[in-house]
Formats: sequence, structure tokens, C-alpha cells
Amino acid sequence: MNAPSITSTAQTQAVTRSFDLGAAFKDAFKTALIMLGLSIPILAYKTDQSGADLFLTPRWGLVAIVCAIVFGLRLVLHAFTASRAYTKATPSAHQATEPVGATPSAFQHVSRFAIPFFLGVALAFPVLIYLIQGGLNESRYWVDLGILILTYVMLGWGLNIVVGLAGLLDLGYVAFYAVGAYSYALLSTTFGLSFWICLPLAGILAAFWGMILGFPVLRLRGDYLAIVTLAFGEIVRLVLINWVDLTNGGAGISSIPRATFFGLPFTAGEGGFAATFGLEFNGMHRMIFLYYLILFLALLTNFVTMRLRKLPVGRAWEALREDEIACRSLGINTTNTKLTAFAIGAMFGGFAGSFFAVRQGFVSPESFNFLESAIILAIVVLGGMGSQIGVAIAAIVLVGGPEVLRNLTFLQSIFGAGFDPNEYRLLLFGVGMVSMMVWRPRGLISEREPSVILKERKAISGSLVKEGHG
Amino acid sequence: MEIFVQQLINGLTLGSIYGLIAIGYTMVFGIIGMVNFAHGDVFMLSAFISLIFFLILTTWLGISSIALALLIVLVIAMVLTSLWGWAIERIAYRPLRGSFRLAPLISAIGVSIFLSNFVQVAQGARNKPTPPMVQDVVVLFQGESGYNVALSYKQIIIMVVTAVLLTIFWYLVQKTSLGRAQRACEQDRKMAALLGINVDRTISLTFVIGAALASVAGTMYLLYYGVVSFNDGFVPGVKAFTAAVLGGIGSLPGAVLGGLIIGLIETFWSAYFSIEYKDVAAFSILAIVLIFMPSGILGRPEVEKV
Repeated sequence: MNAPSITSTAQTQAVTRSFDLGAAFKDAFKTALIMLGLSIPILAYKTDQSGADLFLTPRWGLVAIVCAIVFGLRLVLHAFTASRAYTKATPSAHQATEPVGATPSAFQHVSRFAIPFFLGVALAFPVLIYLIQGGLNESRYWVDLGILILTYVMLGWGLNIVVGLAGLLDLGYVAFYAVGAYSYALLSTTFGLSFWICLPLAGILAAFWGMILGFPVLRLRGDYLAIVTLAFGEIVRLVLINWVDLTNGGAGISSIPRATFFGLPFTAGEGGFAATFGLEFNGMHRMIFLYYLILFLALLTNFVTMRLRKLPVGRAWEALREDEIACRSLGINTTNTKLTAFAIGAMFGGFAGSFFAVRQGFVSPESFNFLESAIILAIVVLGGMGSQIGVAIAAIVLVGGPEVLRNLTFLQSIFGAGFDPNEYRLLLFGVGMVSMMVWRPRGLISEREPSVILKERKAISGSLVKEGHG
Repeated sequence: MEIFVQQLINGLTLGSIYGLIAIGYTMVFGIIGMVNFAHGDVFMLSAFISLIFFLILTTWLGISSIALALLIVLVIAMVLTSLWGWAIERIAYRPLRGSFRLAPLISAIGVSIFLSNFVQVAQGARNKPTPPMVQDVVVLFQGESGYNVALSYKQIIIMVVTAVLLTIFWYLVQKTSLGRAQRACEQDRKMAALLGINVDRTISLTFVIGAALASVAGTMYLLYYGVVSFNDGFVPGVKAFTAAVLGGIGSLPGAVLGGLIIGLIETFWSAYFSIEYKDVAAFSILAIVLIFMPSGILGRPEVEKV
């Protein structure tokens, strides 16, 4: 909440070269005063517990700092808008004859190199880490982080089909993740099926659930649909907690069989992966295998999505996102279109879930709460809905960022010894989602690119429009 | 029979809390057509504000009269929560007018995540128990099996405060020029603006009123359960939203009616079926109502304009 928007004041402000310092100070002071009002009980007093009683610890210093920051930010914002309003109001000599930016945007240039670069880094990541850290065991942490990030990349890409392409806001995506995870956990512990049989089964089951849950909600308008998917997501989680006979309730299912290298288990001794290939046994072999597995699954998600976008159903998704009524009047079967988006998105969620189960070896309902859905949604929103590379970058920043920050020790010397950036992660997610909607509703690097191109890339009307009104 | 009457009383108490929150959802939806997902967290925030001021008043200022303390807490919480409601609308929702369809909802989810984590960071993740406030009960009648049907003072306070505030609020919306402006914006925002109504201010006021009523619900929640934690906003928020939809979103009597129905269903479900599945029941009702009767009990069917 530290960055108040002043869009409406910008329009009414008189455009002068020297901006009104007095008025800006007055306004910033007012904002700081409001901040003081907002922080009065919540920030100023901390409730601590001793025994059965609560007592209050005053923290007025913190409030003063926060108010000062807000004051400063508001002042900077004023200066910024004033200078921008000035440049906007001063007519440029070229303005009348200047062609409207009809060249491919900078993003299109960059993406040509960025995508192979990212792909290369992702493929070589375990090797690079091995070389940098100088040993298999030392690189465990980084490979583990890589696996975590790629899981979120995959989930983001899966949800992107539903939210980014079809424009259906799904707040219960984690339900399909849970279906996938529990499918693998139950099938493998009860029937002893291997991971490679369970993976497609988990995907099919999740897609099936996507259809079951999707079918009744299809005639709802946007935000109602979002709320119903939220309700479904919560119902799935609550059933997982309470149906103890099947799911072992809140205690979860443990000792799920580990992944095997196409039948070769990652164990020491005869018949294991290491022995077969004549390597020295190391637990990291399994981790690196898991890394490449999730990389493969994520790239599969991406590949399928990119291909689907070029099929009629993909076009129909994007048309649906832009305008449902126009879509229907053009003879597109909106029910089927929405249902396929739901089912395919859910299927990838199921794959990711089954991967989650095999990686952890343990699943419990607490891994599938609403917050998880919100994090995946934040990744999709911040990456720019519909943009594949944007979602990947958002996942790296949002999941990897706090981990990197945690290891920066100088932060602790600034903010005190107990400083943990992970505590503030969700706080920043929330602020990020709001600021994204306010400033760049189509995402940081999102470009509405045409999915078919005749000979060469040209600017389309979509890239000249600042934001859509779909 | 005794259990039935007791559950009826409990359900109505719970229902009036839900009703108070539901009004915030229904008014905002009526005027700008968005689901204010953060409203449940505003409610949770107000419970924290009440808790802190209750502690300040009783332990530091030494006010021994609980009734007086509660009254002061209620007023302060209403003012401060209104400020939050105003600020949230100003920062997160107003710049989004005319943006694409899902933008306000996504922004509201962002605010919701922000608020609950802000309270977690500022106040800690543990449950906060309040000092016992009002303990006495009135035994209405004793059943044959020795089961007392009791109406606690807390429940009386909650019902009376709810009824009084709803009456004031009803007067505000129906009889004052502010209420007329609000209803005009609800019907046609562009036309209202042409007729000289300050639409932005009216929308802000809607959020302020919604937040004020949510803060009353927050104080009452604290009084009733005696404990609050940072993630207490989500489930009551969803239930109150269910109430708003069930009553017919956009309709004020509908919100109160829906709240009472949801409260009754929840208590009777817990008493007669299973307490584990009570949230499942609430979420299922939400899904069923949205799918099969999206215009609710008292709402008008929505016409899709092109």
C-alpha cells in the first residue's frame, strides 16, 4: 500500500515547467497522515502473549519510518507525474508526421535471443551448478531449487491455458494439482503401479475432474466462475482432510514409491541405476533425474500450448478471452471451448501434481490450500497473462527470488538478525498483483502477438492499444 | 426440542455477523459490479483493531466498565476500518475503472493476500485470545432432560447491535440524499454523473459504509469467539459472500436474509450432521446457488447488455 496512485490528480494538474512544490508537499503530508491513520493500531502496537494474557508492545518508531517512506514516495511520484505531464503537453515537432510505431517491438527482437538462451541455461543447469559448486553433493541445494522453480513454471504454464488464453479466472487450480498428487500416491501405494503408468493416469484423472468441475460452471460470468472454482478447490481440500479412510486425512500419505530410471531404481547395490551404468552410487543421481523430468514435463506443457494456440481450438480460446458474446455470435461453441481449456489446463496440473508426489514421497492436504492457487495465479498475472516466457520469468523471480534474498547476509545486518525475506514474500505478491493491475494489466512483458504470421512479423493493431477492454 | 431452540439462537447470532459482512459485498457489487474479494480480510483486520483497542482501554486506561469499553472500541474500529476501506478503494480499485473485465477481481485478490499477510507480519501468526469480556447467560427455560436453553449476554448484544446498526444503515440508504445518490449510481452510473452526482465519491462512500459494517461484524466476532488470527478473514468472507449471493446480490434485505440462512444452515449442519463437513456445506451451497440460482432469493435477474 506504500505506492498510492495519483492518476486522477495527474489529469487535473496544471501543466507548468516548475512544478508546485508547496502543493506537492501538502499532498504528501496528507498521504502520510492517512498512512498514520491506517497504521495506528495494527503497526503501532504489537500483541504479544505471555501465559494466557495478551500485552501490547508499542512500536511508534516503525510507524514513523513507514509514514516517512510514504511521504517520500508520494513526493517522488508527484515530481514524476509533473515531468511526464509536461513532456506530454509540449507538442513535438515530429508528432504530426511521425508514423505510429509500426516496427516489431523491442520485445520481439529480444525474445528471439532470450528464449534459446533460457532454454540453454535450463538444460545445462545441473552441469553448470556441478562445475560451479565443484561436486555433486554440494550442488544439492541448487538443483532442489531448480526443481521447485520448474514445478511452478509448469503449473504457471498449465494455468496460463485457462487464465491467459481462455480468459477464465480459475482460483481452484490447486485442486487439479491435488488430484494428480493423490492419484499417484494412492495408485502406487495401493496397487503398486509404477510412476510411468501413473503419470498419464494422473493427467487423465485430473482432466476428467476438470471436466466434471468445469461443466456446471460454464454458463457463469467471469467473476462468478472464479468464485465457484475457488469453492471447488476448497471442497477438494476439505474432502481430502476429512475422508480419512481413503486419504489418511490431515496426516497425509507417506512412503510413496520413488521415481525409477525407466525401471532402474536409484538405489545402491546390484540392479540399481548407478551399478548398471558403472557409476559410483550417489543420491544426487535421482535429483538430477528429477530435474530433467520436470524440465521435460514443463517443456511439454509449453510445446503443447504453443501448438494448440495455432489450432482452431486455441484461436477460439483467445477469441473467447477477448469477447464472449462476439465469439458466440460467430458460431463458436463456447461450452466446448471452455471445457477443453479447463480439461487441458487441469491435465497439466495433474502431471505436475504427480511429479510433486514422486519428488516429496509424501502428500498431505495442507500442500493444496488456497494460497497455493493464489501463488500460481500471481505467477501468471505478473508474467503477463498469455505470455509463456513471461510466466517462466515470473516463476523464477517469485519462487527463486526470496530464496536468493534469504542467503544475502547483508540484509540481516540492515534489518536485524531475525530477518527472513520469505515472511514478506506473500506480502509482496499481493502488492505486486495490485500494482500490476493498476499499471500494466497485460503483464510486464506481455505482447499480444498474432499466432499466425504471413512471411514477416508486422505490428498489429493490438500492439498499438495500451490495454484491452475485453 | 431444547437443542433445536438452542441451535436456532446460535444460528441467528452467527447469521447476523454474516449478514453484516454480506452487506459490504452486496453494496459494492451493486454499484460497480465487482466481487470485493478483500472484504473478508477487512473484517479480520477490524477484529484486530478492536482487540488492540480493547486491550488499550482495559489494561492501560483502566476502564472497568465492559459496556463502555465495547462502545468506544466499536466506534474507533468503525472509523479506522472505514479509513482502510477508503484507502483500498482509492489505491487498488479506482484506477481500474474501464480496465479489462477480470482486473478488479485480480486486484482484490492481491489486496486480500496483502492484508492477511500484513497482519501476519505485523502481529504474528499465532491465535490471539481476548481477555473474557461478557460471560453471563440468561437461562430461558429448562428442558425435561435437564438441558438448559440459554441465551448469553454476548448473543443479546450481538443481535441488538446488529439490529440497531441495520436500522441506521437502512435509514441512511433509503432516506438521505447520500443514499439516493448511491442508489442512482447503482442503476446507471453514467446517467447519475450527468445529473451532477459525484460518482467517485459515492463509490468511495459505499466502500466506507461496507467497511464500517464489516468492522461491527469484526468486533462482534471477537466478542463471540474470543479469539482471532490473521487467516480468519477467508472462510467467514466466503460464507458472507455466499450469503450475499443467496439473498440476491445487489439487494440489501437479501444480504441480511442470506446471512441468517447461512448462519442457521451452518449451526444446524454442525449440530445434526457433521461438524467436520460444515465448511464443505458452506462452499457447496455457494457453488449450487451460483450455478442454479445466480440471481438469489430477492435479487433481480441479470440482463446481459452488449
